[in-house]
Amino acid sequence: MMFFIEVTLSGLMAGVMYSLVALGFVLIFKASGIFNFAQGVMALFAALTLVGLMEKFNFPVWLAIIGTIVVMIALAWLIERVMLRHLVNQEPIILFMATIGLAYVLEGAGDILWGSDVKLLDIGIPQGAWGWLWDQGIYVEKLELFAAGTAAILVIFLAVFFQKTRVGRALRAVADDHQAALSVGISLNTIWVVVWSVSGIVALVAGIMWGSKSGVQFSLSLIALKALPVLILGGFTSVPGAIVGGMIIGVGEKLAEVYFGPMVGGAIENWFAYMLALAFLLFRPQGLFGDKIIERV
Amino acid sequence: MTERNIGDVILKVDNISLSFGVMKVLDDISFDVRQGEIRSIIGPNGAGKSSMLNVINGFYHPQQGSITFKGNTRKQMAPHVAASQGIARTFQNIALFKGMSTLDNIMTGRNLKMKTNLFWQALHIGPARTEEIENREAAERIIDFLDIQAIRKKPVGKLPYGLQKRVELGRALAAEPDLLLLDEPMAGMNSEEKEDMCRFIIDVNDEFGTTITLIEHDMGVVMDLSDRVLVLDYGKQLADDVPDKVRTNQTVIDAYLGVPHE
Amino acid sequence: MIYRETGQFKSSYESDQALFPIKQDRYVILGVLIVTFGVVPGLLNEYWLNAILLPFLIYALAALGLNILTGYCGQVSLGTGGFMAVGAFSVYKLMIAFPELGFIPLVLLSGVITAAVGALFGLPSLRIKGFYLAVATLAAQFFLIWLFNKVGWFFNYNASGMINSPPMTVFGVIITGPEGDMTGKYYLVATFVALFALVAKNLARGRIGRNWMAIRDMDIAAELIGVRPLIAKLSAFAVSSFYIGMAGALYFAVWLGSAEPTEAFDINQSFLVLFMIIIGGLGSVLGSFLGAGFMVLMPILLKNIMVDGFGTDAALAAHIEIITVGVLIIGFLIVEPHGLARLWRIAKEKIRLWPFPH
Repeated sequence: MMFFIEVTLSGLMAGVMYSLVALGFVLIFKASGIFNFAQGVMALFAALTLVGLMEKFNFPVWLAIIGTIVVMIALAWLIERVMLRHLVNQEPIILFMATIGLAYVLEGAGDILWGSDVKLLDIGIPQGAWGWLWDQGIYVEKLELFAAGTAAILVIFLAVFFQKTRVGRALRAVADDHQAALSVGISLNTIWVVVWSVSGIVALVAGIMWGSKSGVQFSLSLIALKALPVLILGGFTSVPGAIVGGMIIGVGEKLAEVYFGPMVGGAIENWFAYMLALAFLLFRPQGLFGDKIIERV
Repeated sequence: MTERNIGDVILKVDNISLSFGVMKVLDDISFDVRQGEIRSIIGPNGAGKSSMLNVINGFYHPQQGSITFKGNTRKQMAPHVAASQGIARTFQNIALFKGMSTLDNIMTGRNLKMKTNLFWQALHIGPARTEEIENREAAERIIDFLDIQAIRKKPVGKLPYGLQKRVELGRALAAEPDLLLLDEPMAGMNSEEKEDMCRFIIDVNDEFGTTITLIEHDMGVVMDLSDRVLVLDYGKQLADDVPDKVRTNQTVIDAYLGVPHE
Repeated sequence: MIYRETGQFKSSYESDQALFPIKQDRYVILGVLIVTFGVVPGLLNEYWLNAILLPFLIYALAALGLNILTGYCGQVSLGTGGFMAVGAFSVYKLMIAFPELGFIPLVLLSGVITAAVGALFGLPSLRIKGFYLAVATLAAQFFLIWLFNKVGWFFNYNASGMINSPPMTVFGVIITGPEGDMTGKYYLVATFVALFALVAKNLARGRIGRNWMAIRDMDIAAELIGVRPLIAKLSAFAVSSFYIGMAGALYFAVWLGSAEPTEAFDINQSFLVLFMIIIGGLGSVLGSFLGAGFMVLMPILLKNIMVDGFGTDAALAAHIEIITVGVLIIGFLIVEPHGLARLWRIAKEKIRLWPFPH
């Protein structure tokens, strides 16, 4: 029983990590209808920049974080200018392909700027087993708990941002209807820079969490692929969906691996999330919280 | 006009009710269409006219009622089954295949007339080739009929609105349907284009004997063309009669002038 | 002036529907065929064959397949790598089990097997579309690679998990495996690709192709003309997978000689072929070839320019290559989303009018 609880908790924690990445996707998708395949690479790039600033330029942690945020905002501006602006009316698949191209560019750039070896990321997040639960025989990583807490704060912050601020309202307008938003004077370009910047910062948080856990390395960018099933479960346009979806995938994967894995040789984690997503696509394509897709003749 | 050759009932609509959630779109509609006649469905916007066509066509499935077409009664069917039984249709918002040329669009209308399998098609010899040429001839007859030779190789997405509507009619005709459903075929046209479209509709009915059911807002056109008119409002049936009687029906006049009804 | 169509009147539907109605096009294709089958074999060497010609031809075959599914029928698929793996592993097991059937039939058979698998994974397309379908195909991709990595039966319980192609002959010439004869390999693959390009063109201009395009353009309206979405979509998946499976079989048996699932057929492969048809041109047979050529040649050119030309360090060159691919993808999507095939058509228009500007 204890083991089951431990596996489930571990799954929940892993799920939160997925959710952090999925959040970035949801933001961009909500505001521009683009599925940003480069989100994972953005997380990697952000983490690389952070480490690079700390190591190569000897920035203290707080300054490095601010520096990275500045870089991500600049990156968002650049992406809007060079790429998004020119692809305004294209179909979703074209936009998706463009973000794959973007992912390649960021990957190569990150490698050249900061080097492609694995880096240690330590910005002082507590690590090790959480004492209280450990005494009961359950192992929970303090780091993952910290990540969960951060994710919660992030979600609350984003919710307030979207609901209460002017910019947030504008974002929701753009997500609903580009043309209508334009007609009330909302500048699409500015909105996109804002969204991609926020997404970049979310990517930074995700990058910090993942990087602290397993080091900053290339595999970080592959998380993007895992985020897809999370989004399908949660709904592409839902912030709470990203969290819930992430947790379901996290727990599901771990349980499947532990209980079914040995029967088929292990490594079920590679595809379990996708099969779950596939099942959802067949029966409830809009996910748990997403908007229903209606087609009219 | 020549002698009208109107036969027995080809389509019978019985007590059709259709709702989307709590919204009742069609409320107990019954009418019939006779072979060879031109039947119009009119009514204010939102009356449920397009929905009625969608039900006949198989796109919408009614909660109640049944449709009898050529003797077969059914509650609902899939659109491709309706197509194979001889029902063809055009749409209010033009449902052409924008990526293909005029000729190709009309050729798609011949789909059900073509039978050769994958193997012969892959080699494009023998039966596949003969079939392609035969159906090309049929498509060209329609192109001739509608006078669209000049645009046959143009991608339809680039054509002006009026011509697109004509191509869509061509695609529907290519299937040699028994029943042709036209959803606002003259919407957005100037008077010259409307005259052309009217002429085509009459010719189709005359030359091919096709039964036509159309939705239209232009009263002049409706009264001139139709043998019988069905009037809908808010999903309810207001009148179903010959044009002269409908024109003078008080309920119909009230509905169009907006007198509130209880 | 050179490329004038005037004076070429067609007096029958048959000639209007011919594969190459314009006389000049016919000469160009004839020229290409002569060069492909007559000239190139004389100039072959190991490097050209293995680094450029074989991958170009084989990827062109895969691109044709994906173009059928995505370009003509509008169903996005990110599972190309996985399906190539199905083709490769099918042909491997078949070569070991039934070598007497002959290599060519075995390749065709592996195509058929992949077609069945493709149709199976294509079932979700009945309920989901566009981007969501792409995700479903990702499920296929990851699952298939896992399957071929884990289940020993597929790689004959070989300790390394790799499969090696046993040597097989066609008309007495060894084709597969490392001892394969250069010219033999080239002729076999070139013939395969030429034939199946013709088949693709035939399908595209016939009823099935039109039905696929109807589904792509407006699948609701396609039902109107009697197209059954189930049949049309599954047939697209099946035919597409047939091509991709054969490409995978040739990729493994003729080109590489051995393969390991994660390296040879992973998601990058799926992206690569997708890039080929996007850059080359969706819904175009010519585009499949142009895209394949572009993506095969570009890294080679880049490497030659950078490493041999500027003496760049190999690792750096690799990073720059990745950036360049990304930039090119974005650039193409911005400038000409309809790909090289469209650019080619525009160029032909200009040649037609030359020397007049318009």
